[in-house]
Amino acid sequence: MGILADRDTKVIVQGMTGREGSFHTEQMLVYGTKVVGGVTPGKKGESVCGVPVFNTVKEAVSETQATASVIFVPARFAKEAICEAVEGGIKLILCITEGVPVQDMIYVIHVVKSKGVRLIGPNCPGIATAGETKLGIIPGSIFLRGNVGLASRSGTLTYEIVNGLTQAGLGQSTCAGLGGDPIIGTQFIDILPLFERDPQTEVIILIGEIGGTAEEEAAFYIKKMSKPIIGFISGRTAPRGKRMGHAGAIISGGQGTAESKVKAWQESGVFVAETTNEIPLLVKEALKKANHSKEVRK
Amino acid sequence: MKIHEYQAKEILARYGLPVVAGKVADSPETVYQIAKAMGKPVVVKAQVHVGGRGKAGGIQLANTPDEARTAALRLLGQPLKGLIVEKVLVEEQIRVERELYLGITVDRQHKQNVLLLSAEGGVEIEELAVTKPEAIGKLYIDPIKFLSEAEVDALLKQRDIPDIEHLKKIIFQLEKVYRDLDAELAEINPLAWTASHTYNVLDAKINIDDNALFRQPGMAVYREESETDAIEREAHRRKVAYVRLDGEVGIIGNGAGLVMGTMDEVSHAGGRPANFLDIGGGAKADAVKNALEIILMDSQVKGVFLNIFGGITRCDEVAKGIIAASQAIHIQVPIVIRLTGTRAEEGRTLLSGTRLIPVQSMQQGAQKIVELTGGRK
Repeated sequence: MGILADRDTKVIVQGMTGREGSFHTEQMLVYGTKVVGGVTPGKKGESVCGVPVFNTVKEAVSETQATASVIFVPARFAKEAICEAVEGGIKLILCITEGVPVQDMIYVIHVVKSKGVRLIGPNCPGIATAGETKLGIIPGSIFLRGNVGLASRSGTLTYEIVNGLTQAGLGQSTCAGLGGDPIIGTQFIDILPLFERDPQTEVIILIGEIGGTAEEEAAFYIKKMSKPIIGFISGRTAPRGKRMGHAGAIISGGQGTAESKVKAWQESGVFVAETTNEIPLLVKEALKKANHSKEVRK
Repeated sequence: MKIHEYQAKEILARYGLPVVAGKVADSPETVYQIAKAMGKPVVVKAQVHVGGRGKAGGIQLANTPDEARTAALRLLGQPLKGLIVEKVLVEEQIRVERELYLGITVDRQHKQNVLLLSAEGGVEIEELAVTKPEAIGKLYIDPIKFLSEAEVDALLKQRDIPDIEHLKKIIFQLEKVYRDLDAELAEINPLAWTASHTYNVLDAKINIDDNALFRQPGMAVYREESETDAIEREAHRRKVAYVRLDGEVGIIGNGAGLVMGTMDEVSHAGGRPANFLDIGGGAKADAVKNALEIILMDSQVKGVFLNIFGGITRCDEVAKGIIAASQAIHIQVPIVIRLTGTRAEEGRTLLSGTRLIPVQSMQQGAQKIVELTGGRK
């Protein structure tokens, strides 16, 4: 049972008939995700991989009882798509779409907050509950079921790290790709309490990135947590004032440097990895220590 | 996207904000003519995207047209904090009684827009935020109702600020600019209270959200000028996500995070990245060819490391792109390649027999390319 979704979570895909939407619908079905419907205005009656397409989210939800939606629509329609999902009664929204204007996101955040809906993304790879379900575009083949929880601001770097864990025999519980934009629905600070409460997760990996202060904000909460945390910050060598692909990955006005994030994490007890291949080693150590203290308590 | 001071001021003037009379020029002779026509002491300001421009000598006072020409000679064509000055803004000198700071930007943690106001302007606001945070008034802007008159009144009345009515108009117009243009930052610093007791925009910065450019057709004219580097300009033309850096190891990867991770890994191994380049998800052979060509335009590049983690990106497509590039251009530097994930086996088969150097992991690749490009410095 994952912190956000499990094998029984019913999922719809907004923008299912597009190139990305249809490709990833298939990939999700292969992994075992219960994709029960798609939404593309004007395409009702069509189907993708045998999954029916509806005109609106409302229709899709009333026909399928879906509670989650994965959004693949073009950036200029993302704001409407997210608002439609909220109106349609969806409780978990994953916006994969990249390039959503910041002002659209500010509006959307207000909407999801006022309706108590969880939004992940935009510009994110989605989430996976290892061995159960995946919502988004993370390749299913890299996962192994286990007790390591991950939350990341990056996409492909996360795949690299999950792959390294799997090769080292360290399975995962939930992997949440939070997205690389300046304004995102769910940040480290929102996801950490879920991992802390999750009985399956024993150790947590946070993959941060230069830009913003999400890592520093999370540090305050981390101090209160009981589970060990391994951290990695990407973009340590990126220069100031240059935007590194992700709209959020820019060091501006002295804010968002890797040093400040590493320092904040170290001070709150996070084991910070220098390189990605150090991560599995740190996880093993943390697990060993955790098990040891458990035995002592016995 | 950053736009220049003179462009920001053009926009602000259009919205009725009090902007100093000024003209932009790209030659000392034009600067002389402008200063002569103004018939007053002027200030000559370098138009480059750097912070601390004044301290670096980018703003010069001139009392006569001759002095203005000399100032322009000192600035034009010369580097200012690493960027070549191509244009200067010539403005009338203003006698300033005091300076304020006014800005609107995105607060990432609050996920809202925020209005910032300080009765002490002129300095870097970040500096002030550290040394004297209480001097900065903050007003979070409601995403539905936007700024309210009552809130702005309350913010202004807490402070010792002259002519509140005029300042209110400036604030509401600045917010309108910010919203109309999909800005991420609209800043007036300093906002001068002049000796003749009126407000005047002395310097202005506007950054536009790149993601919103599709609905900001008016920004197209500014776009071209925002890219000063020739290779970056060419990359943009070919729709390649490329940022030029100053090292010698060319880097290509799929996904911004992985590329940044690869840059870090190369630095960790003792090399210096020459660039950031993300071919994105699901890149076809053509995109890979473009990427390689862009990187090799930089004569500082002594070797390239391609790091591909195939998810939706297919490794055989990447391999095809590299082969196409090597047929189109003569590649003289070593290329190290790591392919893993979707169709990695097919990709490696395609590349066997070429001069490319295959590696198994990101770490191994970083070490290899650093070794081939001159080793640890």
